[in-house]
Amino acid sequence: MAISRRRFLTWIGAAGAGLSTVNTAQASTLTQFKGHPEGLGVLHDTTRCVGCRKCEEACNTVNDLPKPDRAFQDMSVLENKRRTTTKAFTVVNSYPVGSQDQPVFRKIQCNHCLEPACASACFVRAFKKRADGAVVYDPSVCVGCRYCMVACPFEIPTYEYDNPLTPKVLKCTFCAPRIEKGLLPGCVESCPKEALTFGKRNDLITLARKRIARHPDRYIDHIYGETEMGGTSWLGLAGVAFKDLGMREDLGTTPAPALTSGALSVVPMVVGLWPVFLAGMYGMTVRREKIAAEETRSEIAQAVKETQTLADEKMAKALEKAQAEKRTALEKAEKEKEQALKDAMESFKKENEPGEEE
Amino acid sequence: MSGEQKAESRTLLTPFNLIAGIILIAGLIVTVIRFTKGLSSVTNLSDYNPWGIWIGFDLMVGVALAAGGYVTSAAVYLFGMKKFHSAVRPAILTGFLGYFFVVVALNYDLGQPWRLPYPFIVGWGTTSLLFEVGLCVALYLTVLFLEFSPAALEWLGYSKTRKLAGRLTIVLTIFGVVLSTLHQSSLGALFLIAPSKLHPLWYSPYLPVYFFVSSIVAGLSMVILEGTLSHKFFHHSMDKTYLGEHDPLTLGFGRAAALVLAGYFTIKMVGLAAGNHWDLLTTPYGLWYLVEVIGFVLIPCLLYTVGVRDRNLTLIRFTSVLAVAGIILNRLNVSVIAFNWHLPFSERYVPSFQEVVITVFMVTLIILSFRFIVTRMPIFHEHPDYKDSH
Amino acid sequence: MDIFYTLQDYLLHSESIVYIIMGLSLPGILMFWLFLTGRDNEDLK
Repeated sequence: MAISRRRFLTWIGAAGAGLSTVNTAQASTLTQFKGHPEGLGVLHDTTRCVGCRKCEEACNTVNDLPKPDRAFQDMSVLENKRRTTTKAFTVVNSYPVGSQDQPVFRKIQCNHCLEPACASACFVRAFKKRADGAVVYDPSVCVGCRYCMVACPFEIPTYEYDNPLTPKVLKCTFCAPRIEKGLLPGCVESCPKEALTFGKRNDLITLARKRIARHPDRYIDHIYGETEMGGTSWLGLAGVAFKDLGMREDLGTTPAPALTSGALSVVPMVVGLWPVFLAGMYGMTVRREKIAAEETRSEIAQAVKETQTLADEKMAKALEKAQAEKRTALEKAEKEKEQALKDAMESFKKENEPGEEE
Repeated sequence: MSGEQKAESRTLLTPFNLIAGIILIAGLIVTVIRFTKGLSSVTNLSDYNPWGIWIGFDLMVGVALAAGGYVTSAAVYLFGMKKFHSAVRPAILTGFLGYFFVVVALNYDLGQPWRLPYPFIVGWGTTSLLFEVGLCVALYLTVLFLEFSPAALEWLGYSKTRKLAGRLTIVLTIFGVVLSTLHQSSLGALFLIAPSKLHPLWYSPYLPVYFFVSSIVAGLSMVILEGTLSHKFFHHSMDKTYLGEHDPLTLGFGRAAALVLAGYFTIKMVGLAAGNHWDLLTTPYGLWYLVEVIGFVLIPCLLYTVGVRDRNLTLIRFTSVLAVAGIILNRLNVSVIAFNWHLPFSERYVPSFQEVVITVFMVTLIILSFRFIVTRMPIFHEHPDYKDSH
Repeated sequence: MDIFYTLQDYLLHSESIVYIIMGLSLPGILMFWLFLTGRDNEDLK
């Protein structure tokens, strides 16, 4: 058992080295996940957007979507508050904002979250955040539970409710097939006003900061999507409050997987400890029943014993009494016998006395 | 059994059968439309509202109200309330039927129901709480089937298999409680991912705990309620043991429900304080929240308490209806009514007539299956050959 | 081992292992319980 201090320290050192390798390779315990370092993104500068709907048209073309109900040249649709649908993965809405003469236009599409809520919620892993930034969907495994649509804070995924056999969830793909070929996303390519800038997300954030710094009067000092829900690959700049453009400012910075990881972590604790607790309860119940049964048994035995003793005593007493009675009866009989003898003797004596005298 | 013969010789044209028949026909028609024309042909679901009452009621409420199975078997087998033994079988049966039809209803809602096993075959989306729910429900349905099997086996006369099933009772009960704890709570945890859509008065990090604790209330109250209803309609198939244990059971479960409701009300208040949402109580949603928490949690708790103290079984039975209504209200609030509260009314979800038809169809199927089984299998009475086997 | 860039990827990895452990634990608990109580009936006889 003699472990030298030196060897002990060596072991500790080895363990430490092991731990440190884990730390560099994995770095999970206290690490903030910052997303794929080379991830791409798009910066949407709403101050440059003129609401021409060219991006909508391009999106329709590159994704082979059905013809829209109203032509892309019809600008009156901008007045309505539209959302993404199975026929349109991106839409532009106009927002009349206070003092400005011109309304502000804002493009809506999948924001391609760094920590996608849809991917976290999907129980068949149909959604995946790729290293290039795109959040893509695999229809071949989708069951159609639509939990992704419940989970998405930006209300982007749409569903083919009218398809009875193979309904799919549809949303912007970040033009993943085009990016793979080195092409720009359809909407970015078609934008005539450079309201959409494509690039590495990290560079886009720097660019956005520069624009804000250069034109502090033109921009609100916030990059939408830098931290919202843990950050998104699509970023937004605006000259008015984002909430006036229908963008929620109350989403917080917590990434979607972190919202449910706490509840998930309790699951294995229940699996591990509930059986222990319940088996313990059962064991106590069995034991209580056993003790109760034993008590009943011993009580019965006690009762039987007591009855027996009582009966024995009674019997003994009765016997004694009987014997005593017998004895007295005998004694009485003896006495009576003696008396009778005595009497007989006396009467005999009396009879013979005169004769002796004669 | 004379009761069985009487039931079968009666005319089939009772008002109940007539209504049930109409519902079945309507349900079948909607079923055909749903699977040939797609969800949009029968539901009011939209891109904003991906889940309607088929999830909110059929799944959320269905699973909660089927909690009687695990609550009763745990009380009797694990916590030693042997005197309520005769309540186990009806509770397991309703639990099994409840879960079975939850899965049936789920197949209406899923886009591609034949892919239901995909999460466990190709998916393993382990970060999803729905994966956890699916896994637990699948396993628990199996457990319930095995727990229920003794009754079916006795009916069929397979005594050897029956013996084996009997030996597994305790293990199955423990597994049942573990799985129920997990999926009951995870149904609440499903909504943790959407803090921006669920009203803050209902959204809470404690959601899984709320769902689990209230499922106990649901289980206890449903056993009382089912007992009362069964008493009325299946009196003839009940034996002396069942009838003798019925009143003490109502009293005992009423007491337990009062206790759990008190705890539930306390943690609801804790959640309100932790979220610091007191100011929202005066808004319309706040008033609606108070209706739920006071009218359907605190008041049932007090009524149960009075009922137990006064040995007033009628009051306990009445309260069980109120408590069950409270659970239904809570599940609908979380999944439908207070969900997407931020949207304008034109974008909100209101169930379509056909959706309601399918929901009523499912409830009717449960009732009919229950009636079919209790009039044949040894549920409310013990099988003469297996009197001492538990 | 791969580096995890996102919390989602990390959780997917770690939770999958947790699920495997849970899957093993259920039969494990059953066998452990049977082993633990294996001789209980001998006392009664």
